[in-house]
Amino acid sequence: MTTATAHPTAPEPPRVSASHIPLTAEQLQRFGEEMDAIRQRVLAERGQSDVDYIRAVIRAQRGLEAAGRGLLWAGVFPPAWLAGTAALSLSKILDNMEIGHNVMHGQYEWTNDPKLSGKRFEWDTACPADQWRHSHNYVHHTHTNIVGKDRDIGYGILRMSKDQPWSPYYLGNPLWATLLALFFEYGVALHDLEVERLATGEIDRSEQRELREGIRRKVGRQALKDYVFFPALSGPFFVFPLAGNAAANIVRNVWAFTIIFCGHFPEGTHEFSEEETEEETRGEWYYRQLLGSANLSGGPLFHILAGNLGFQIEHHLFPDLPARRYAEISVEVQEACERYGLPYNVGPLHRQFGSVVRKICRLALPETEGRGPLGLGAASRRLGGLAKRAFLR
Amino acid sequence: MALKLALRPRLHALDTFAGPHGIDGYLEQIDPLLVRGECRAEVLDVERPTTESVTLTLRPNGVWQGCRAGQFVRVAVEIDGVRHERCYSPASREGRREIEITVKRHSEGLVSGFLFERARAGMVFGLSQAEGDFLLPRPRPESVLLIGGGSGLTPLVAILRTLLAEGYDGRIALLHYAPDPERAIYREELARLAAERPGFTLLRSYTRVPGAGELDGHFSPAHLPEADPCFAKAETFACGPPSLLDAVRGAWANGLERRLHVESFLPPSFASVGEDGEGAVRFAESGIEVENSGASLLEQAEAAGLRPAYGCRMGICHTCTCRKLSGTHKNLITGEVSSAPGEEIQLCVSTALGDLEVEI
Repeated sequence: MTTATAHPTAPEPPRVSASHIPLTAEQLQRFGEEMDAIRQRVLAERGQSDVDYIRAVIRAQRGLEAAGRGLLWAGVFPPAWLAGTAALSLSKILDNMEIGHNVMHGQYEWTNDPKLSGKRFEWDTACPADQWRHSHNYVHHTHTNIVGKDRDIGYGILRMSKDQPWSPYYLGNPLWATLLALFFEYGVALHDLEVERLATGEIDRSEQRELREGIRRKVGRQALKDYVFFPALSGPFFVFPLAGNAAANIVRNVWAFTIIFCGHFPEGTHEFSEEETEEETRGEWYYRQLLGSANLSGGPLFHILAGNLGFQIEHHLFPDLPARRYAEISVEVQEACERYGLPYNVGPLHRQFGSVVRKICRLALPETEGRGPLGLGAASRRLGGLAKRAFLR
Repeated sequence: MALKLALRPRLHALDTFAGPHGIDGYLEQIDPLLVRGECRAEVLDVERPTTESVTLTLRPNGVWQGCRAGQFVRVAVEIDGVRHERCYSPASREGRREIEITVKRHSEGLVSGFLFERARAGMVFGLSQAEGDFLLPRPRPESVLLIGGGSGLTPLVAILRTLLAEGYDGRIALLHYAPDPERAIYREELARLAAERPGFTLLRSYTRVPGAGELDGHFSPAHLPEADPCFAKAETFACGPPSLLDAVRGAWANGLERRLHVESFLPPSFASVGEDGEGAVRFAESGIEVENSGASLLEQAEAAGLRPAYGCRMGICHTCTCRKLSGTHKNLITGEVSSAPGEEIQLCVSTALGDLEVEI
């Protein structure tokens, strides 16, 4: 923006959108104001129905969990094991996605209900809630898709952007991604430790005693509950609830990984550099959130189980509005995108996830000068160029 | 009750195994009063003794530790999804398990209006432990003088009922100020007690209906000898609107203040709203008070040497959210102004309008 004010006679396109979808500074400002207006309207509309909704989801989750634990207690009977594992998986998914994630964003803080307070909520997963609030609410949501700042890009483990320099370690990208999916809760738990920056010596291990202690305590408690206490209640048949609890954790892990990776990594999402997002205006911030996120299409039940992250775009534009409102907001956001000529990235789960898987595999290999891996893209372009020249001659 | 007490330590041990939501997270789905980590109360009975007041009988859950006569409790009610907290002094006598509160409806009062119009038996409210030092001393004083106006009468009724239930043999006098007999709360009970108990003197002044009570007009020092010739020696408790309390303080301002106890609270809609950059900001936990500079509360806390948690500094991440204890704040993004106590506010996008107190 500084360039535009310094040379009022020759306005340049704003720096932030130079490498993306160009909008003028004025358009960006108007877009930001429109988004602010949506936010303001929904803030004013929040009320009893939002509270009733989240309490109903909490009630369903507690019921599913109690039923799941009960059935798994008798897990020696195969139908009880299957039903129990399914109920517990659903309970953990609801707890993490629609309840935990959204409540911890402060979406229900306006109710002043201590049970819905974002700062006090703790969830049924290995990651301590307070650490997640830092790495997610602040780091990821403020610096969304800024390579070098948003640590959700690859979680410090994967190469999810061309702007992350390649190293032979990334040959394992598909393998690391599979392991991350299976053990996602532990990946998330270790997230705030910034393991990759520890390895490079950027941060010092001794500064992280409190973080490590918090993680150890939470991981320990979760393990004690799922792998010792509830199995022990079944006495000699402990192995059935043990296996059921492990399976439920893994089902939740894979589901959460799938939904979350579809939020920012499908084809068409943009990444940003630290330089182009310096001194960002509110309009530019909205613009980055929009271009950096992708939506999933699906029915109401799908959206509840996805914690409404199928509306990842709306969630990133308005992270602290009650998530059940995203569906109605998405109509307005989509309409605004059409008017401004901005892309609105939405697709069914299989297509978006397929595109994420392709990206994980493609980025396992280094780019040469061209676009494709192993220089194939560059090679084919070069061939094409030669052919063109030959024909023109 | 005995069963509950026996179960408590065991339930506590189970909390570790119940997971992140604790046993309470499951118990409250069965019955909201079963929680052990939070004080709550169920409405047992609702009466509307006058055209503008409502009397509620509340049954607290096992967490509540009881209340001494004169103390107050904070009651939290949910209105359109938002929890609002207000202070009420129970009128019930000390030692009684049920809490009786009488709420006067104010024309602009959100909570008092809700309670008057919509409170019904079976509702569950949030409750705090009893607070306040507006207390009857032990051993009991030789004589007690009570001065009350409006709904400020309730802690005085609690003191009166407690003394009478104890078989107190000293003198009790009550000066009661109300606009007219129709709006005087506890009118019949007080009249009955005054007739039955020779040690209890009741003097009423109906400020808008001269001649209807034993006294006339607003409080004046001339009323005191009529209530108790030795009023200066009596332990005196006064509760009511600020104008009444100011008048009472004036009458006692000659070295006798140590026998005077005063209690005042106002509904937040009546609290004065200051301007940007006026008043003082108090950080309760750290005990620091600074002049309100008008900057965001986060910046003011940092300028005062505090290090509150923060993240985005633009109102999206809720890292800096904390509880406002009192005062009026303005949200810099939405422009919303609110005076309700006990609200969760985002420090980075909130400023104080006049005096304000936050938890940090």
